[in-house]
Amino acid sequence: MEPILTINNLTKKFGYLTAVKDLSFTINKGNVYGILGPNGSGKSTTLGIVLNVVNKTSGDFHWFDGNISTHDALKQVGAIIERPNFYPYMTAEQNLKLVCKIKGVDHSKIDEKLEIVGLLDRKHHKFRTYSLGMKQRLAIASALLNDPEILILDEPTNGLDPQGIHQIRQIIKEIAANGTTILLASHLLDEVEKVCTHVVVLRKGEKLYSGRVDEMISSHGFFELKAEKQDELVALLNNHPNFGKVKVDGDLITGFLTEPMSAPEFNKLMFDKGIILSHLVKRKESLEEQFLQLTDELKSNQKTA
Amino acid sequence: MLRLIQLELQKLWLNKVSRALIFVSFILPFTVLVLSSIKINFFGFFTLELGELGIFNFPIIWHITTFFASYFKFFFAIVVVSMIGNEYSNKTLKQNLIDGLSKKEFILSKFYTIVFFSLCATILIGLATFFIGMYYSSYTEASIVVREIEFLLAYFVKLVGFFSLCLFFGMLVKRSAFALAFLVVLYIVEWLVFWGAYKIFGNGDDAFKVKNFMPLESMYKLIDQPIQRIVMTKFPEKTEMAYDYAVHWYEIAIVVGWSALFIFLSYRLLKKRDL
Repeated sequence: MEPILTINNLTKKFGYLTAVKDLSFTINKGNVYGILGPNGSGKSTTLGIVLNVVNKTSGDFHWFDGNISTHDALKQVGAIIERPNFYPYMTAEQNLKLVCKIKGVDHSKIDEKLEIVGLLDRKHHKFRTYSLGMKQRLAIASALLNDPEILILDEPTNGLDPQGIHQIRQIIKEIAANGTTILLASHLLDEVEKVCTHVVVLRKGEKLYSGRVDEMISSHGFFELKAEKQDELVALLNNHPNFGKVKVDGDLITGFLTEPMSAPEFNKLMFDKGIILSHLVKRKESLEEQFLQLTDELKSNQKTA
Repeated sequence: MLRLIQLELQKLWLNKVSRALIFVSFILPFTVLVLSSIKINFFGFFTLELGELGIFNFPIIWHITTFFASYFKFFFAIVVVSMIGNEYSNKTLKQNLIDGLSKKEFILSKFYTIVFFSLCATILIGLATFFIGMYYSSYTEASIVVREIEFLLAYFVKLVGFFSLCLFFGMLVKRSAFALAFLVVLYIVEWLVFWGAYKIFGNGDDAFKVKNFMPLESMYKLIDQPIQRIVMTKFPEKTEMAYDYAVHWYEIAIVVGWSALFIFLSYRLLKKRDL
């Protein structure tokens, strides 16, 4: 696989605060990556460093095969950070012309990209007259101008209304479908889950996980159960070798599997033991649950350590 | 280089305020120059013709026009500080870097623009001075016309130096208004240095020599005030009024040195900064 961005032991300190701690990961061509983490976990700082606007404290990173300078590499990258930043007194077209000049791209791309984000009819309007959703879409058009190898988006739906969020996600999906590598930083888990194939999870500047979204936790799922003989059921689950943690929440019992087990198999076992279930659902954790579990695990590990 | 100038010119030209200021900084000195050169008739009572005073004679005209025109540099100075201030307040500096401009290119695009404008201003003033001089001057022999043409070079260096200083202050404080206030602060600081030097050396001449090395004073010293010189031409017998008004190579060297330092410091500042 062709690497696009390689980060090795990257660290950034702001005074006493360590925003990014010994971070390493690689972005390969053709995948959609998510950087996931709560606010202040170092997502934007990491992107800032690789995008040449924040100075690293130690470690290193390189774009593509490592033979070109960062600012030349950025000409093949499209990136939007936090807020769309343009010259308010210029029209959309003038702003994009400026970006073309910086990236060394021909002006002919402008209309094509404005079409993609649906702003072609507003191209002669000044940037300051745009709504936030339109500004964000213009930012995407600007990032696409050079037909980038990789598109980097930092919280692209932040502050948008549901309609705007939907539009942006739709655009991202279309771009991903064309085979462009995407790196999406977000604290919105369902956003990452919907769009990404790979994920890097950060917490307080440290990497908790990096890999495929579906392999994030080697879990066998869990059962959600209800029964009249609740105490018997809990006792049985606690003694059964296939179950790890058992959670009781009102009349709902959640049993996490440590070994694979199918729902019919479990149902038969219950029936044999004389427990009749009124509710049985087998589920896999959503990304949100996996994420919380992952961050929890770290906390409890730290406590025991 | 052309790409960097084009970039900056687009940013400036499409901004109404900076476009107006650029116009003013070019047109105003030009207008003043032309107006002062025509014969003004005050309703038949008397006519005022500055040309009669002999100030439009070669070579003194080079000295006079460059000295007075340099006061209009303040208009373009506002453009220079705001072109940095706006990049910070719009966060477009960050976006420019993300789009693939290097920090060095960013500073260079500002610097090239400064040089470009200074060059335009110098050429304009040069041409205007030449034509007015040819029209009014009592002497139009080539050897006299080109004498003291070094004032044009001094004018150019002075503009580049002053705008580089503004660029540096803009980078330092990120806000246009504060950057202009810093110019005033620097002016006061230079007088404090003068006062300190006066305390040490005990005489004004040596103290002025120290002050001549300060940025603002060194730029001012490039083109000394021409008033005294005009008076001198009227009263040649008053020898005690004689003073050194020539453009010296070391005066140019000091200002070029400061300009280089300011541009370098601006670059260092940007390089170290997290945006």
